[in-house]
Amino acid sequence: MRVDLIDKVPSGAIGTLWEGTKAIAAGFATTLKHVFRPPITEEYPEFRRVLPARTRARIVLTRDPDGGERCVACYLCSGVCPVSCISMQSAERTDGRRFAAWFRINFARCIYCGLCEEACPTSAIQLSPMFETCERDILTLVYEKEDLLVDHGGKDPDYNFYRHAGVVTAIGGKGGHIDEDPPVNVRSNMP
Amino acid sequence: MNLFNILFYSIALLIVVSTGLAVTRRNLVHAVIYLIMSFFGSAFVFYLFGAPFLAALMVIVYAGAIMILFLFIIMMLRVETPEEQLFPARQMWPAVAVAAGYLVVGALLAAHDPAAGAVLGPAQTEPAVFGAYVFRNTWLAVEVTSLLLLVALIGALFIGKRPTHESEE
Amino acid sequence: MEPVSLDVTVDMDLQIWIIGTIALVLKLGAVLLFLLLMAAYLVLVERKLLGRIQVRYGPNRAGKYGLLQPFADTIKMMTKEDIVPDAADRVIFLLAPAVVAITALLMFAVIPFGPDITVYGHRVPLVVTDINVGLLFVFALSSLGVYGAALGGWSSNSKYSLLGGIRGAAQMVSYELALGLSLIPVVMEAGSFSLVDIVNAQTQLPYILLEPVAFAIFFISALAEIKRIPFDLPEAENELGAGFHTEYSGMRFGLFFLGEYVHMQVLGGLIAVFFLGGWHGPLLPGPVWLAVKIVLVCLVMIWIRGTLPRLRYDQLMNFGWKVLIPAALLNVVVTGARLLW
Ligand code: SF4
Ligand code: SF4
Repeated sequence: MRVDLIDKVPSGAIGTLWEGTKAIAAGFATTLKHVFRPPITEEYPEFRRVLPARTRARIVLTRDPDGGERCVACYLCSGVCPVSCISMQSAERTDGRRFAAWFRINFARCIYCGLCEEACPTSAIQLSPMFETCERDILTLVYEKEDLLVDHGGKDPDYNFYRHAGVVTAIGGKGGHIDEDPPVNVRSNMP
Repeated sequence: MNLFNILFYSIALLIVVSTGLAVTRRNLVHAVIYLIMSFFGSAFVFYLFGAPFLAALMVIVYAGAIMILFLFIIMMLRVETPEEQLFPARQMWPAVAVAAGYLVVGALLAAHDPAAGAVLGPAQTEPAVFGAYVFRNTWLAVEVTSLLLLVALIGALFIGKRPTHESEE
Repeated sequence: MEPVSLDVTVDMDLQIWIIGTIALVLKLGAVLLFLLLMAAYLVLVERKLLGRIQVRYGPNRAGKYGLLQPFADTIKMMTKEDIVPDAADRVIFLLAPAVVAITALLMFAVIPFGPDITVYGHRVPLVVTDINVGLLFVFALSSLGVYGAALGGWSSNSKYSLLGGIRGAAQMVSYELALGLSLIPVVMEAGSFSLVDIVNAQTQLPYILLEPVAFAIFFISALAEIKRIPFDLPEAENELGAGFHTEYSGMRFGLFFLGEYVHMQVLGGLIAVFFLGGWHGPLLPGPVWLAVKIVLVCLVMIWIRGTLPRLRYDQLMNFGWKVLIPAALLNVVVTGARLLW
């Protein structure tokens, strides 16, 4: 279709009528042509497109490269969630490292906004491209920690929070982690 | 009493009842619907009398066109509260007077020609014959009526035009 | 509504009466079955065709090629909850959809679908009823159909519905005028209001060739009359929700739907009767020809729906009152002059 038709709209009733008829006929011709074009629809259950890794759908809790749970039960995801569908109970291991005693996401309320993933300091909570979570009973959409936990690192497989920060571990103490500056004595920070 | 009579009297009853309901309803839309039913009954009576043309016109013009305009106006009106719907009884008098007048005229007509042959006779034929009759024998009335309609049309046009003039000034 | 024939009992002998009744019931049954089935499949065809126009498949899951879709839809609508809004005017709300469906169905009563046939030595006309004011009967019903939309919109007691109802009433009243005026030349040509006579007058030449202007006006006003694109302002889904049937659910909504599609076929039938020679056609029997013509008209309507955008309200009114009605009036005068000369 040409866009510059407006410039040369003919004057006079006959001309307008002619142009109008031509335009309408062109429209009808286009739709008629489309009837004979093969549809471009991808039919879903038979054809499943591979979705991009960052598609926002069912949430998983990932593990760090050593196989440990990443989640440190900091409640940031729970706090940021606009529909408050994440709940958990924090606990502490003997070595001081925190973890979630239980962790629950109600997918019947989740709007898959991805804010929890953005808030998570440890890359633990991640949205995955798996979207086929329909259920007939709405209560089956409440996922517990066992349902959420996976045994891989998701989109960020090499990241391990405790190598970069956190409590004293085998890798290092306070200030001794990778790329970590030694702790600052706040009392010496005089202007 | 044959089928014809049964039908006639039941429809007559329907007309009377629905007309009565139409003038007593407080809810205007309900009133309009009862009036439509009443027109329907009249159309049916025409049909029973062997004048399908009149019956069809009755439905098209009265039940179809005029009442839909009534409905149109009513739908645009503000819905009145129950207190506002109670109008003073004296507003009823003109209506009663007109109705009484119609009753007298109707009774006189019926007494004069109980079979209503003079009025209904020409209508009990083919539409073509009826049309020819109307345009040959009553052409003056037809022309006067159409003139009236034309005047009304121009009047409506005038009223519709005026506000734009004022706003332009 | 109008009885088919009251005085049969009076003086005809019993045999004719029985055959007449059986024929009538059979005809009614056949017409009803045809209309309802066709309406169901017209919905499917429309969805499929619109899909193809938009380069996608239409419904293709229920049955092969989606052929069972109409049944799936019907079951769905039947089993849905029939919601009546609290503030609605209950009785009118419940009755309005029936008005739409019934008026649409009844209109088919006067459309002839074949030549007279002979059964046991009795002539049986292939039309449910041939009344000498058939055309006016159709108009009476179509003007009553307006109430379905208007009252349905009003009684829902919702802004969108009310707007839709008002638009519907205004639009249908305006275009009914053009619809009626466009048919006067046809009546003048045929010299009768009876649809049977009009069809018989077109044995030689369908009126579309004789009265192309009347045909165009009739077709356009017919589109407005059944509230289809480009005249679907009463239900304009992107401004009014669904217009006059916003508040309806379940089978009552289904009745509006059914009414629309039956109305579509009726108008197809009317266009066939008035302009395309009715059931006349070479080789095939009469009813088949009529069905073919109806389907053809419906397909064109669907094509129009797939192509044209919706008019604006003032454009709609201007077009109706300032273009269609004057053109129709002029056409009456021209035809009259031609017939006289
Ligand atoms: S995706 Fe959004 S809604 Fe869902 S759990 Fe995360 S923050 Fe909550
Ligand atoms: S934000 Fe991350 S680390 Fe914190 S509780 Fe949620 S999942 Fe666990």
